[in-house]
Amino acid sequence: MKAAPFEYHAPETLDEVLALLAEFGDDAKVLAGGQSLVPMLALRLARFGQLIDLNRIPTLRYVDEGGGVTRVGAMTTQATIGGSQEVRCRVPLLADATAHIAHFQIRNRGTIGGSLSHADPSAEYPAVAVTLDAEIGLASTRGARTVVATDFFTGTFATAAEPDEVLTEVRFAHRPQGCAVVELARRHGDFAIAGVACAVELDPAERIRSLRLGLFGVASTPVRATAAEQAAAGTAAGEIDPQEVGQAALSGISCVSDVHADAGYRKRVAAHLAGQAVRQAMAEARHG
Amino acid sequence: MAEHHLEVTVNGQAVTAMVEPRLTLADFLRDRLRLTGTHLGCEHGVCGACTVLADGAAIRSCLVFAIQMQGSAVTTVEGLTPREGGLSDVQEAFRAEHGLQCGFCTPGFVVSVTAFLADHPDPTLAQVREALSGNLCRCTGYQGIVRAVQAAARARQETGRD
Repeated sequence: MKAAPFEYHAPETLDEVLALLAEFGDDAKVLAGGQSLVPMLALRLARFGQLIDLNRIPTLRYVDEGGGVTRVGAMTTQATIGGSQEVRCRVPLLADATAHIAHFQIRNRGTIGGSLSHADPSAEYPAVAVTLDAEIGLASTRGARTVVATDFFTGTFATAAEPDEVLTEVRFAHRPQGCAVVELARRHGDFAIAGVACAVELDPAERIRSLRLGLFGVASTPVRATAAEQAAAGTAAGEIDPQEVGQAALSGISCVSDVHADAGYRKRVAAHLAGQAVRQAMAEARHG
Repeated sequence: MAEHHLEVTVNGQAVTAMVEPRLTLADFLRDRLRLTGTHLGCEHGVCGACTVLADGAAIRSCLVFAIQMQGSAVTTVEGLTPREGGLSDVQEAFRAEHGLQCGFCTPGFVVSVTAFLADHPDPTLAQVREALSGNLCRCTGYQGIVRAVQAAARARQETGRD
């Protein structure tokens, strides 16, 4: 239960991080909050020659607002996000999701950049990013680039970030009127067996302008229920049957089986949760 | 692998040491400083027995490396008791409400609850239960622990301390 030996770097600027990543490539791993990485090292599921700790870089911790976009620095902790009025007002789906993440002791260290980079398929933040079409900022000595969340997650624990790149910030521009995160876990704070993030926009006539559903814990990455989303668009808010939307959301999605739940059970649970998420998000959009 | 020079404050005392980067804070506290009040149950962040305060925030000491605490102030369960001896008010409440049996998980609970009550002086029952969800107890059951947290909060309100 002890990590294998590694060299430790604690740079104080992003430029130093990029130089280290350029030098060491995939022998290096970036350490953010460490709430997933440190156990993986301790269990020897992962092993790296170099660890680059981002905790000494204060400029990666921020929540900024400008031009209708909320920018969250990679090293902003889940505790900070959960307590931020800015996030509560501008990106309520992110605030809602935070309450489901582990326990307060974990949220004191865990970060948004770490959660997205770790890309656990049953984690909340990746699903929120995918649901809101968040933009993910990456940097390397080759330059900075932006990847949209749906392209960022490429598989279980796998992302589009190159070995010499580090995630620097997440940008949220979508402003839904109603949103909800619901999930099923055996115990509060455990990873979800299945979960759903939902965001709804209505037009002035109370018809659905857009309904977004992001499913997590069901497949190797968070997935959008695109067909169900399109079917719901344009419908009068009062005529939506959330349970039906939930069923539609899961049709055509093949769920994973594991020790916690087989694929059939997971699918039924996810469809039910999707219905709940739609009901809650619609209620919030219509009645505040 | 190169050892690093660590300067950290533990329970109010300045400590310097040479540490291997892979040494966790929990192992540093227990094996190097002999502060064995911090317990290690699962060693991968599930059980909460190793909870300590880092600059006032409750964290899992098995999920950070000691070297990451460079310049920080760490408080363990040993640092929560009054200087003149005896128990802290949270510990006193755990004893009074039978919030422990074997006591293995207790240091983690006491540290977590101390941090929680500092932020939530008048918690609801739901908040108490949510706050306790990150610490596992395998023998007492949680009813006594929940009561202990409520009793400690009440006592602080009555004595005007927080």
